[in-house]
Amino acid sequence: MSNQRIDDATGVETVGHEWDGIEELNNPLPRWWLWSFYACIAFSIAYCVVYPAWPMIDKATAGTFGWTSRGQLDQEMKAEAARKAGLMAELDKASIEQIAADPRLRRAAIDGGRAAFKVNCIQCHGNGAAGSAGYPNLNDDDWLWGGDVATIHQTLMHGVRQPGDDATRMSQMPAFGRDGILTPAQVQDVVSHVRVISGQEKPSGSSQRGAEIFAANCVACHGANGEGSRAVGAPKLADAIWLYGGDRKALTQTVTNARYGVMPAWGARLDPVTVKMLATYVHSLGGGEEAPAPAAPEAAAAPAAAK
Amino acid sequence: MTAHDPKLSADHSNEIGLYEKRKGVFPKAINGPFRRFKWLVMIVCLGIYWGTPWIRWDRGPYAPNQAVLIDLAHRRFFMFDIEIWPHEFYFVAGLLIMAGIGLFLVTSAVGRAWCGYACPQTVWTDLFQHVDRLIDGDRNAQLRLQKAPWTASKIGKRALKWTIYLLISFATGGAWIFYFADAPTLQYDFWTGAADPVAYGTTFILTMTTFIFGGFMREQVCVYMCPWPRIQTAMLDEKSLIVTYKDWRGEPRGSVKSAVKAATPLGDCIDCMQCVAVCPTGIDIREGPQIGCITCALCIDACDKAMADVGRPRGLIDYCTLVDAEKEKKGEESTPVLKTIFRPRTLIYLGVWSAIGAAMLFMLGQRARLDISVAKDRNPEFVMLSDGTVRNAYTIKLRNMEERPRTFRVALEGLEGAAMFTDEMDAAAAKRDLTFRVPADTTQRLRIYVVDQRPEERGERHREHGEGHRERGYGEFAFVLTAPDDEGGMDRSETNFTLPEGHGE
Repeated sequence: MSNQRIDDATGVETVGHEWDGIEELNNPLPRWWLWSFYACIAFSIAYCVVYPAWPMIDKATAGTFGWTSRGQLDQEMKAEAARKAGLMAELDKASIEQIAADPRLRRAAIDGGRAAFKVNCIQCHGNGAAGSAGYPNLNDDDWLWGGDVATIHQTLMHGVRQPGDDATRMSQMPAFGRDGILTPAQVQDVVSHVRVISGQEKPSGSSQRGAEIFAANCVACHGANGEGSRAVGAPKLADAIWLYGGDRKALTQTVTNARYGVMPAWGARLDPVTVKMLATYVHSLGGGEEAPAPAAPEAAAAPAAAK
Repeated sequence: MTAHDPKLSADHSNEIGLYEKRKGVFPKAINGPFRRFKWLVMIVCLGIYWGTPWIRWDRGPYAPNQAVLIDLAHRRFFMFDIEIWPHEFYFVAGLLIMAGIGLFLVTSAVGRAWCGYACPQTVWTDLFQHVDRLIDGDRNAQLRLQKAPWTASKIGKRALKWTIYLLISFATGGAWIFYFADAPTLQYDFWTGAADPVAYGTTFILTMTTFIFGGFMREQVCVYMCPWPRIQTAMLDEKSLIVTYKDWRGEPRGSVKSAVKAATPLGDCIDCMQCVAVCPTGIDIREGPQIGCITCALCIDACDKAMADVGRPRGLIDYCTLVDAEKEKKGEESTPVLKTIFRPRTLIYLGVWSAIGAAMLFMLGQRARLDISVAKDRNPEFVMLSDGTVRNAYTIKLRNMEERPRTFRVALEGLEGAAMFTDEMDAAAAKRDLTFRVPADTTQRLRIYVVDQRPEERGERHREHGEGHRERGYGEFAFVLTAPDDEGGMDRSETNFTLPEGHGE
């Protein structure tokens, strides 16, 4: 250690170590750096004590402050609920029609409904509410049970064919083929007729025979011209929208075995405000209809979007 | 900055200190042209810092009336007549790039002028050093007091000095928050305890950083913490003005008395140590350019005064480029200052800097204060309606960047025969153009449903226009935003319309 010397180029003393001609300059760290390093150690020890830090077998040490990310989320959710409490109380008090008439409440209900839809409804109706085979598209203007906001609300509250709910939307199409009401050839004829009235096929011998079978078996629910009936949730057949598909195969399946789609009664599962918000949201998706005039509920059932 | 620890060379020759205690710096007061310039810069900088948030600016009833305001809560940046929205942040980015290139420009022309005069660390350190002189006296008194035992008088002086440090620090930290909210309101809220906790937290943190960095760390920040001296050192070249001790003129140094006795003539440096005494970072400039030198030029003032006292020409320590130093050594004429400053490198920096500035000014003048953006629904892409028509949905944002409510008209361009309605309208009321009232300085979000006509009409039109007649595919159209008021303005956003069979190609 005797070969400490002043380095010519820098004017700095060397520490005296030498490895194959490589020397180290003596540029000590400032003392305060050491203190800030100790301060960081002290901070990290304190942090480990007061916050969750050490991983154990099933969870980390709790920390004396008792802070958890779940607890913080809970706090934030409570704060958010408190912020919205006034609005939720207003939505609770207002009827579904009053919400529809008040632009401010309507806006709030649509936004709240969008969030609730993502949690409760997209499993069947899809993220964009476009549905899929067997699950109605809620964006369009074709409604099985009615598309004004009060009717949508009623459907949501009690569901469709929900067992144990007296007010649920109830109907059942006979399984014409399976139960032997129609022969397979007759089923094909009815399918031909349905495809003609929906504009998918040209009239044929089969469809003419089918028209007679249709008149005898189907008009009670689906109407003479296939216009459907919302009272029993019978779909309109003379349009471009199909719940289970409008091709021959799907229609044959439908007429042979019938369909029995079920939707849960959400009135028993969700709070009333959420159901109202969901109804308002679904109504806002572009196919919502105006509330029918009280005297003639069926008259207003014509699609509002028709031009 | 040699670190000579006397203990090292004495009895503990084998022990090497890994850490070094800070050596106190007690700069002596000096007056001169550079000191006066430093005063001016300090007053301007502190004035801007403390004064700016209090300038009022009338923007009408819908916007804040603070001239410079960074409104983080509402994501707006106000600067006099300019209002920056988040999507226009490139203006701020441009300003930062200009600041960067400005530093290149200044550094390549006049060296570390930023460090020496305008850097907040320098300005506040200077301020605190004046406080030291006010309470403790000048350099020698400060040194004596430092060594003195902790008597009542020393404790009193220290308490008074640190209280003044704290007050300045509090004023500094407290002023920062006024840039982020309405200053008079926040001032009132701050003292009544009604301000947001983040205001108190920010004030506390900045008070403590000012107190510690300005009051105690001082040159340690420049030497050990700041990356800028390293960057600036790399940007200096042989034509940059730096504070230079002209060793060819000063060496060998010696006092006036020893010069009389000396056998060979001595240089001009009388070794009075005034340049070291006045240095705010405590270095000896005679060791040559070094990272601790912030080029504040106070040593030039000190040396000029000493030279005047002994009747020798000024400028033994002076701003000088390396090229000039070589020339002077050979006795050649030095380059004129203007030629030193205006050379290709600085002119290129200046050109780039001005080009960015001019481009930003041009863009500021051109920018529209209304804007439309359209996002087409992807799920579902289209909705089939019962009569065979097709509907597409769009989320539209209308931006009204004026500080007053405006009426906007949104119309369809292309897609003849289609009509639109919003989620707050009845589908039967669909039209080709809709009118919206957008509140001042806000973005309005709309759900727009566009319904196209029946397929047979659509098909005919497609046949008519399809055979290379139009460059646009069938489904392409645009939303056009116009403002029907006197000021006007227009924006459009292209999008497309999806059919079950695709885009109609």
